Amino acid sequence: MTAGGWLAIILAVGGVTLWVGWCFYKVFSTPDASRMTAEPTIDPPDARKSREQGERED
Amino acid sequence: MAKPEQWGSRLGVILAVAGSAVGLGNFLRFPGKAAQYGGAVFLIPYFISLLILGIPLMWAEWTLGRYGGKRGYNSSPGIFNVLGPKPYSKFFGVIGLIIPVVIYMYYVFIESWCLGYAWYFLNGKMASIGRDVGAYETFFSNYVGLKENGFALGMSPVMFFLVITFIVNFWVIYRGLSRGIELFCTYALPMLIVIGIIVVVRVLTLGTPDASHQDWNVSNGLGYLWNPPKNLLAALSNGDMWLEAAGQIFFSLSVGFGVVLNYASYLKKEDDVVLSGMTAASTNEFCEVCLGGLIAVTAAFVFLGPAGIEGKGTFGLGFNVLPCIFAHMPAGSFFGFLFFILLFLAAITSSLSMLQPAIAFLEEGLGLNRRASVSALGMFTALGSLFVVYFSEGFAALDTMDFWVGSVLIFIFATIIAVYFAWVLGIGKGWEEMHEGALMKVPRIFKFILRWVSPTYLLVIFVYWSWKNFPARLKSIADDKIIGLTVILLLITVAFVALLVSVAGRRWAQRKEDAP
Repeated sequence: MTAGGWLAIILAVGGVTLWVGWCFYKVFSTPDASRMTAEPTIDPPDARKSREQGERED
Repeated sequence: MAKPEQWGSRLGVILAVAGSAVGLGNFLRFPGKAAQYGGAVFLIPYFISLLILGIPLMWAEWTLGRYGGKRGYNSSPGIFNVLGPKPYSKFFGVIGLIIPVVIYMYYVFIESWCLGYAWYFLNGKMASIGRDVGAYETFFSNYVGLKENGFALGMSPVMFFLVITFIVNFWVIYRGLSRGIELFCTYALPMLIVIGIIVVVRVLTLGTPDASHQDWNVSNGLGYLWNPPKNLLAALSNGDMWLEAAGQIFFSLSVGFGVVLNYASYLKKEDDVVLSGMTAASTNEFCEVCLGGLIAVTAAFVFLGPAGIEGKGTFGLGFNVLPCIFAHMPAGSFFGFLFFILLFLAAITSSLSMLQPAIAFLEEGLGLNRRASVSALGMFTALGSLFVVYFSEGFAALDTMDFWVGSVLIFIFATIIAVYFAWVLGIGKGWEEMHEGALMKVPRIFKFILRWVSPTYLLVIFVYWSWKNFPARLKSIADDKIIGLTVILLLITVAFVALLVSVAGRRWAQRKEDAP
């Protein structure tokens, strides 16, 4: 491994690691990073519909 | 009426998009290309392409996707239907449907190999093959039916793992966007990164495993990939390298696939696209440069030396050389299992993203419910995959689909996205739209890049790439029956999807008329 190789690996791996770290820091430092923007779909709509139909028939 | 689908959280959508981007190319194709073009010097055009092509196009696709989603459309034809002023605009969206569906047909086959290899490492079968790369080449060739068409069909192990992979994909898709794709990627992507780091640590601590070859050590292995060539300027003047670097960025980030367009359409109008897009892109780059750039080539070098790597393609490195390396390594079965599970996770988070655009179209364009759309897409993709599996000799069908859809159509669709963003929507409106709800401001230089540099750069590399590849490819259609048949199948698929989009267009026009 030459000095140029070490420089390349440090710049590339270090730079990308800093970049991804900064991005996630920014994402997590905003208050609503893991905020639920929607009610989770408990089950697929058609399954729910057929279940509701079944319940009505019962 | 069913509630429209949405992402559960910002982190969820970032991980889903990053999961779509992180795939086999990060761990197998990138190190192979980097080593082929002189390591460190390859990174110069690579990072330039990231800046002027990858990231701007990613932002453009996220923005157009959310723009369509705000107007009630999630599929590529639906989004182009509201983007373009003319009724034919929706037909540009056909490409955004064809690309993920056709790529899925062969990608799922490769994905199933990863699952199969992981299983064979776990039960010790892989380690028992021996210590010669040739034995692994024979195993791979027999496993996938490389020598004979129809070999892999029937009750073969490859079919068994293909069926399992298919079932897992469609089960997750059936669960929906938030409870399926998002939930899966929220666990799978962090797990993938942790496994990747474990494998990197193992590779970097291999030392000099072969005492008879003292120069086959980790330091020289890293140097093989990362050392810049002596004449940097001469190396940089290699046009092919610039082409390959741009291609790697392009395919690695999944821009121009129609996937980001679809995923971003499920965002709410005030949701950020700038920081989210960049975080997804940076996660992909971390997996590619920091994990992929340290594992495969370094490990292969310390056990086999430079001769063991040279001339090996993506499949050769991943499914012949690396299994042999893990067989040499202490606790190799465990690390081999981890590595192929890593590849499987990378592949499945990508393949899931290839199904959702078509599901969105079947639901909103043809009015199918989820069960019907999942079943229809399952049958259609299964037929395509069986075609790929049957015509396995020399991977003729797989390679042809990859060229015409996985390369040509992606270039075309990315150009359409760039032109629509900067010229049809208009750079001013596009820029404003992009910054709506943005958690960071994009430097103004990207306005110029998005308007002029990205489309021009795309066009230049596409023309150069076509000039290099088209003559031989067109000739092969006439010369090889299987290749010709595959191209006919692709043309039929394009015509069929265009017909469906035409039907959907009438439905959307009716919807417009009915709107108050």
